[in-house]
Amino acid sequence: MNPTCIKIEYYSNHTTIYASGDWTIHNVPKIDRVLKGFSCHRRLVWDFSAVSSFDSSGILLFMGYHDKFLSHCRVEVVGYTKAQERMFRLLLAHKVDDLIPKVERGLFYSIGKNTVSSYDVFVKFVNFTGYIMVAFLRYFTHPKNIRIKEIVYYMERSGVGALFIIALTSFLVGMVISYQSAVELAKFGADIFIVDLAGISITRELAPLITAIVVAGRSGSAYTAQIGAMKITEEISAMRTMGFDPYYFLILPRMIALMISLPLLIFFADMMGIAGSMLASYLELGISSHQFLNRMQEVLDIKHFWIGIVKGPFFAMLIVMIGCFRGLQVTDDTESIGYQTTASVVNSIFFVIACDALFSILLTKWGL
Amino acid sequence: MKSEVIKARDIVTSFGETVIHDKLNLTVNRGEIYGILGESGSGKTLLLKEMIMLHKPTSGHITILGNELSNIDYQNAQKLRREWGILFQFGALFTSLTVAENIELQLKEYTDIDKRMRDELVKTKISMVGLPIRAGGLYPSELSGGMIKRAALARALAMDPKLLFLDEPTSGLDPIGARNFDSLILELKELLGITVVMITHDLDTIYSIVDRFCVLADKHVVAEGTLESVIEADHPFVERFFKNDYAKRRLEYGGR
Ligand SMILES: Nc1ncnc2c1ncn2[C@@H]1O[C@H](COP(=O)(O)OP(=O)(O)OP(=O)(O)O)[C@@H](O)[C@H]1O
Ligand SMILES: [Mg+2]
Repeated sequence: MNPTCIKIEYYSNHTTIYASGDWTIHNVPKIDRVLKGFSCHRRLVWDFSAVSSFDSSGILLFMGYHDKFLSHCRVEVVGYTKAQERMFRLLLAHKVDDLIPKVERGLFYSIGKNTVSSYDVFVKFVNFTGYIMVAFLRYFTHPKNIRIKEIVYYMERSGVGALFIIALTSFLVGMVISYQSAVELAKFGADIFIVDLAGISITRELAPLITAIVVAGRSGSAYTAQIGAMKITEEISAMRTMGFDPYYFLILPRMIALMISLPLLIFFADMMGIAGSMLASYLELGISSHQFLNRMQEVLDIKHFWIGIVKGPFFAMLIVMIGCFRGLQVTDDTESIGYQTTASVVNSIFFVIACDALFSILLTKWGL
Repeated sequence: MKSEVIKARDIVTSFGETVIHDKLNLTVNRGEIYGILGESGSGKTLLLKEMIMLHKPTSGHITILGNELSNIDYQNAQKLRREWGILFQFGALFTSLTVAENIELQLKEYTDIDKRMRDELVKTKISMVGLPIRAGGLYPSELSGGMIKRAALARALAMDPKLLFLDEPTSGLDPIGARNFDSLILELKELLGITVVMITHDLDTIYSIVDRFCVLADKHVVAEGTLESVIEADHPFVERFFKNDYAKRRLEYGGR
């Protein structure tokens, strides 16, 4: 087999291109390189008799150069087989000169597109929020519609399933903040104030935030991916056409389930965080658990605990709404599931924190 | 070279208790169009997936182009994967790429062909399968069912593979489009000597372009061979499929 597949011989009154070997896709670039540097001015003979195999790219290459040479000189093609000729005719019949339309993606294009689509997403989200609120209220005026089974299922998936990771994170956070503050407090001999500090910060701020962030990462993303995949496989369209409103069947059960389980999870995180803090205080400052709990009962106003718990349903609503909304925004390609899932987690964590800030401001204003 | 391209021996496939294939055998020869026929759920797609190394049979041996699939190493498997083109039952186009990019993908990854030539090839393939050239710029989600089939065939043909697997190529196409598909496949077989394995329910395809085929029923290959010999087989499915009124009429009006 001739590795170059092509040889050019110059004769007195003509030039011959000897094609040989495999004129197939893997050899085409090599042949192309040889032919690129060649230009003819005299009679040209193109001899195909030594070609052992060919495919459409080989013939297409020939077609391209044949046309090019034809405009400069006489070209005679010899030694081709019947099959090669038929392939030539087949490809000739399907030769297209139009270009495949391409979407231009310049800088201004993407700026414009992103602006418009951000606005679009915003409007859709407002719309979605309204729809959810109406559906939510309608749920309670028609209690028959409430899908207990699904709600319990999602409570198990998103609530019970998150217990371990929430226990671990809040225990560690409780421990870490107590360790850090213990050093400072010990300098002032104010050891026992660790209880005030940890008690308030854990129940009021840290436990709700940690729980919401873990749940957003764990369940919010799952909701987006589930609903997004259902969108791609047209399950959502099928549901709609059968009269199953996805808001009632998919979103509200998840929302109610999380609104019930998130406060419970926060309570659980409170306990674990306090346990972590208790351990750190004992190790670092030698405060016994008895002392710790006594002090806590004295100083920790119950309102801090309730404020932490009350944040739960609000965070839950945000997480589910953003997760499901992002899921519904998935378009028909698989890449958008990834994009929307990321956006879902990032957005819901941001909004949880923003909502927490809002709580702080409002509660301070009201003197709580 | 040996004339057997694919040899499947004693293939058993089961999911837990459910047995789909029970010791089935088939042989595909070089340069032929081989059909696989069978009822819905008889395991045709599954058999195809076993041939293209997407699913491992529970037991049995499949040899493709001289490679025994049960103990093929990674290098050879990758090499083998470049020698075939596959049309999946539901297209399986890459949704984040346009049709043209779908077709171009392998050309770009596996060959040094320059951009101009690639475009030329892509356009030819798009036109061959009967798509308008503007479809090249569309994303799979913007295509109709039949267009997806066509685009998927164009992708399968991109590298001019020596071996072509087609899962129900003509289902979902209009009758004229289906016949054009048939003649394209036949033409490619004759011109390039490719071997085609296709799953099909389409009587017209079976009558007009398939050289040999097998019938999958009751977990076995109940008949294998040319149309004439399969029709003779004594099995209820063959009976039902070929001896109904429609099929009879179709046979009278002209086979190949
Ligand atoms: N992952 C799986 N688990 C369990 N059973 C499966 C699995 N994949 C396929 N099956 C079963 O194997 C059988 C064959 O499926 P297959 O997709 O091969 O059917 P087919 O012959 O291609 O049918 P059709 O003509 O409808 O495409 C079916 O009965 C299906 O239920
Ligand atoms: Mg199938």
